Amino acid sequence: MSPQYRRRLVVVGHGMVGHRFVQAAIERGLTETHDVVVVGEEPRPAYDRVGLTSFFEVGAEALSLLPEGEYDDPRVELVLGTAVDGFDPETQTVLLEDGRVLEYDELVLATGAAPFVPPVPGHELPGCFVYRTIEDLEAIREAAAGATVGAVVGGGLLGLEAANALAQLGLETHVVEMAPRLMAVQIDDAGGATLRRHVEGLGLTVHTGATTTSVLEKDGRVAGLGLKDADPIAAEVVVFSAGIRPRDALARAAGLEIAERGGVLVDEQCRTSDEHVWAVGECAAPAGRMYGLVAPGYAMAEVVVDAMLGGPGAFTGADMSTKLKLLGVDVASFGDAFATTDGALELVFADAVAGVYKKLVVSEDGRRLLGGVLVGDATAYGVLRPMVASGIALPDNPEELILPAGRGTVDLAMPDEAQVCSCNDVCKSEIVEAAAADTTTRAGSTCGSCKSLVKKIVEDYFESVGKVVDRSLCEHFPLTRQELFDVVAVHGYRSFDQVVEAHGTGRGCDVCKPAIASILASLVGGHVLEGSTRTLQDTNDAFLANIQRNGTYSVVPRIPGGEITPEKLIVIGEVARDFGLYTKITGGQRIDLFGARVEELPAIWRRLVDAGFESGHAYGKALRTVKSCVGSTWCRYGVQDSVQLAIDLELRYRGLRSPHKLKGGVSGCARECAEARGKDFGVIATEKGWNLYVGGNGGATPVHARLLAGDLDTETLVRYLDRFLMYYIRTADRLQRTAPWVDSLEGGLDRVREVVVDDALGLGAELEAAMARHVTGYQDEWAATLDDPDKLRRFVSFVNAPDVPDPSITFRSERGQQVPVVLGESIPVGAPR
Amino acid sequence: MTTQADTSTYTLVCRLDDIEIEGGVACLVDGDAVAILRTHDGNLHAIGNEDPFSKASVLSRGIVGSRSTAEGDVPFVASPMHKQAFDLRTGQCLDDADVRIPTYDVRVIDDCVLVGPRSET
Repeated sequence: MSPQYRRRLVVVGHGMVGHRFVQAAIERGLTETHDVVVVGEEPRPAYDRVGLTSFFEVGAEALSLLPEGEYDDPRVELVLGTAVDGFDPETQTVLLEDGRVLEYDELVLATGAAPFVPPVPGHELPGCFVYRTIEDLEAIREAAAGATVGAVVGGGLLGLEAANALAQLGLETHVVEMAPRLMAVQIDDAGGATLRRHVEGLGLTVHTGATTTSVLEKDGRVAGLGLKDADPIAAEVVVFSAGIRPRDALARAAGLEIAERGGVLVDEQCRTSDEHVWAVGECAAPAGRMYGLVAPGYAMAEVVVDAMLGGPGAFTGADMSTKLKLLGVDVASFGDAFATTDGALELVFADAVAGVYKKLVVSEDGRRLLGGVLVGDATAYGVLRPMVASGIALPDNPEELILPAGRGTVDLAMPDEAQVCSCNDVCKSEIVEAAAADTTTRAGSTCGSCKSLVKKIVEDYFESVGKVVDRSLCEHFPLTRQELFDVVAVHGYRSFDQVVEAHGTGRGCDVCKPAIASILASLVGGHVLEGSTRTLQDTNDAFLANIQRNGTYSVVPRIPGGEITPEKLIVIGEVARDFGLYTKITGGQRIDLFGARVEELPAIWRRLVDAGFESGHAYGKALRTVKSCVGSTWCRYGVQDSVQLAIDLELRYRGLRSPHKLKGGVSGCARECAEARGKDFGVIATEKGWNLYVGGNGGATPVHARLLAGDLDTETLVRYLDRFLMYYIRTADRLQRTAPWVDSLEGGLDRVREVVVDDALGLGAELEAAMARHVTGYQDEWAATLDDPDKLRRFVSFVNAPDVPDPSITFRSERGQQVPVVLGESIPVGAPR
Repeated sequence: MTTQADTSTYTLVCRLDDIEIEGGVACLVDGDAVAILRTHDGNLHAIGNEDPFSKASVLSRGIVGSRSTAEGDVPFVASPMHKQAFDLRTGQCLDDADVRIPTYDVRVIDDCVLVGPRSET
């Protein structure tokens, strides 16, 4: 190995970014070939400038990033308390203020930024300060000792930090901001308003839209601020925190290229116009833009180390997301916080009482989170910011992301800050704001489970401002689901063609066709695969099974009330074994068999039907299960036979098509082991009979069912349930579960009670008769399909090769069972590829 | 659906009445899974059966409908997996301009459905 010439690297500036650069240089082995000299102007090594405000509490020591005072690498020399006077790219030398001249092979400028002090008269008076260094804070502390009132010019991030410092020092504190709101760069008007209430709540006085015209003087010292079109503010201490400017003077003097708006112009490797001079952090302007946050500075430092090692690293812009605690208030801003993207929508949740404001900005198709603002509660930031960066799809119920946990339904009492979309942390106020501003949010765009909630919030908002809400089902029908239901009932339509010809346009879509199929199922009955009805069904209904990610299906036989004999359990096991199906116990007390190919479904059903099973309708927007606890038969606490009632109810309502899935539960005593109140209808045994609860659900927005009527005998219970379910089926929106449906009715649960219990509409008998028709018309969809060659025709892999299994479906083994080999990540519409 | 062209390289896959109006079937053509979907006007459209988003071979099981656009009604099939819509005539995804799936020539001769080569686009 030939002896290597050691090169010298000089770093000008020992702030956070300069320090990070040296750390990276050591960690990545750059010091194996380079001696490093770091020249810092401040008297102490780099410290956490972001946490500067805590200086008064914790002291300089705790803020230090290099408490030992030197680097643990002898090839790094740290020169502190020494300014750099200049450098010469020709001779590759740096001139220090003490006269030393350092030769360099590579020079890194990390000189940071300086506070911008508006050149108003009096800005240099004693008592005026900036807020940048520990020395600045020490000086402010000294001045505050003999003062009572302080003012900060600038209501941005740093200005509020400075205001916090003044308040901590016991000063009556004013914040003077030129923009109409606080933190104008990061957060929107509503967020700024929420933040302002917090700040004012802490006893600070906020002046927005206030331009400082002069610093008032008395006895040669600061006496206050003169404002444009407003009364002056008396203050003995003034802190300027109105933005920062890159410290690019050294580079200017050396003749390097400077960006138009200041900062040393650098390329993607952070190299300046001189090939041996680099610039990182706030003094640099990659592509002409300066970044006033530490994270991009760190990224630039890493890029330069990488470039010096011959790596491919590049700085191509930074995530300007910010999350901080200002005066004890969480504030976060990320991505496209101002919805500047074309078609962007906003989802807003705000709770003025709790001081929470959350906004999500979502793409026009609602599938991706573009950005957001969080004030008062930034807990969702950790989830949300990565969603922006990665472009991953939003859940269908993104409102869940920002609604307070545990809120299921929207009603007038729902606080503005309630998280509606948890996938995207969108709160109610954000949705309302977006509706008001005609923009979008990401609510509902990820998992979709909040869509009906978002829709209702938006509709409620528009109704509240007197606008007509278009509740059209889709482009093909200018009707709501309820109106469509009534139209079909009144005219007696029996097919989609009749409905669309009379009331719609076009040939329908994946929204209106299944909705009309459901309405026809409720009103006309008959097999869901009968005639032209088949082509209206979603694939799950069309194949009477649940499609899985690889195109296979899962099969769920009905196990009423979760009660099953050993013989039937054995049959399920045998079927699963013989067809190689993955088995899993469901939450509804039954068994799901996964991995059935479309052409295998009839044979699987044959075996199950022959053993006495029937379809469990796991695939339908229909009754799923009625869960039960073991009840009085076995349980020493049970007061009623919950299993028997659960079986009776499940068999009564099996196959009932509805706007969304329906679940029930029956508990044999108040201990509620069947979790019945988490169901659309829940029955809990009492000493005297049954309590009936309605409108519960689990899932993304869990809601407890509420008491509709108490101490019912079984006959009355069933009558009320018949009415409740039919009333829901007739009047709910598409994909609206019972909880939001109850809330959507004027009068809410009281209205349901009037209709169901008091029969205020005189509909009781009609609703009961409709249910009676359903009960007598019920047939097992699997058995009926097996008996009909015409329906069976479609259960083939390929019409021209019915015996050839789909070659794209393959399995692997996991924990002793077969699972799908992933075909490719499922990428929702609009997501980046 | 003319009967003029040379169809010697076409694959006979089924009878016309095997395909419901606004329904579809999957077939194998030279090893490719192809979906043939029938619109309300009776026309047949053949597209790749694979949903490009989920990679599952399922488009023949999607709902067929129409979407109105500035250029008129577009016949489409919605993927049964995540509902993305595809123009049956061109294979263009209507929800993502960057995604397009293959289309195939399809003809009906004497009530027999024949699928031809993949269209070049």
